[in-house]
Amino acid sequence: MADSRNAPHVDMRRSPLGRARGLGSAKAGAAHWWAQRLTAAALVPLTLWFICSVIRLIGADQHAVVVWLSAPLPLVLMLALIAATFHHLQLGLQVVIEDYVHDHAAKLASVLGLKAVCALSALACFISVLKLGL
Amino acid sequence: MVAFNLPVNSRVGLGQTFKAPAGAKNVREFKIYRWNPDDGQNPRTDTYQIDLDACGPMVLDALIKIKNEVDPTLTFRRSCREGICGSCAMNIDGGNTLACLKPIEECSGAVKISPLPHMPVVKDLVPDLSQVYAQYRSVEPWLQADSPAPPDGERLQSKEERAKIDGLWECILCFCCSTSCPSYWWNGDRYLGPAVLLQAYRWIADTRDEATGARLDALEDPFKLYRCHTIMNCTDSCPKGLNPAKAIAEIKKLIVERVA
Repeated sequence: MADSRNAPHVDMRRSPLGRARGLGSAKAGAAHWWAQRLTAAALVPLTLWFICSVIRLIGADQHAVVVWLSAPLPLVLMLALIAATFHHLQLGLQVVIEDYVHDHAAKLASVLGLKAVCALSALACFISVLKLGL
Repeated sequence: MVAFNLPVNSRVGLGQTFKAPAGAKNVREFKIYRWNPDDGQNPRTDTYQIDLDACGPMVLDALIKIKNEVDPTLTFRRSCREGICGSCAMNIDGGNTLACLKPIEECSGAVKISPLPHMPVVKDLVPDLSQVYAQYRSVEPWLQADSPAPPDGERLQSKEERAKIDGLWECILCFCCSTSCPSYWWNGDRYLGPAVLLQAYRWIADTRDEATGARLDALEDPFKLYRCHTIMNCTDSCPKGLNPAKAIAEIKKLIVERVA
């Protein structure tokens, strides 16, 4: 009779096909992937515009910045830049977390925490810009 | 989390050296990963000095020479020796490829050989592929159609339709690509990997198949499909010159096409 104390412990007897099928398809993920591409595309012109604007404003006093930001176009583009930046940041970092954090509870907590930090940071930026620009 | 070190009992130690026969002039070293599940030892790297003047040109020729003439305990898979069966896929000189298609001449210095990365090892250069085979089975890689086949012959395709599966049907399922993919290393339990996704696309692209929507439904998943981050190791490593990264991109494009 085999000595059961020396037998290796087997913690998974589920068939490979059962494991491969797992919980099935989430039928989601396309919206996330597509939004990541769209925000990336939107950020190219928005970021270039923002860098050019900041260079043009070098040395300006607060009054000049407020006057610049009060015009409709810079104000709208600033808000769009903030929305796209934080949305893109959240989408991208969520992918990184899903790649590397394998414990389900830790993954859920990290993703929810990330969403909270990104949403609150975006709101803080919105308020700051609106306080200056309105 | 990701492990940065191998577990203690997986660390690879130094093994034996098998010297070249006296008088050999064109000697090349082969450093080969060895692990035997039955001896309770850690894996080790054995060194074989081979006289290339008495050996065929490919890495597989050297492996067969070692097994026949030097060390019959060396274990590896091989069958067709011409790049069509996919059995001798292994990591050679830092890249995944087929030993039968890899000229020894193309390797720099000592030829380092280990099993396909990040798969359970059965013995020496033989990886356990049950998981990838099951993942392949899970995408239902066979023709699915409700329309009955014409009673007088085969389901027909135009030349243009047939051309859509070029670059896909040639895949021999050696899994060089999947096992070179970092995303597959970290999340291989849920991510299907490039080989299986290329095969899934082979049936999506086949105009005789009528289950395209159901196939896309089954793939649209943050892990099954969207773990692909276009790292491109798959395309880089494919010994048949195929482009799994492009096949995955085509699947993503079709899924977006359904909504946008």
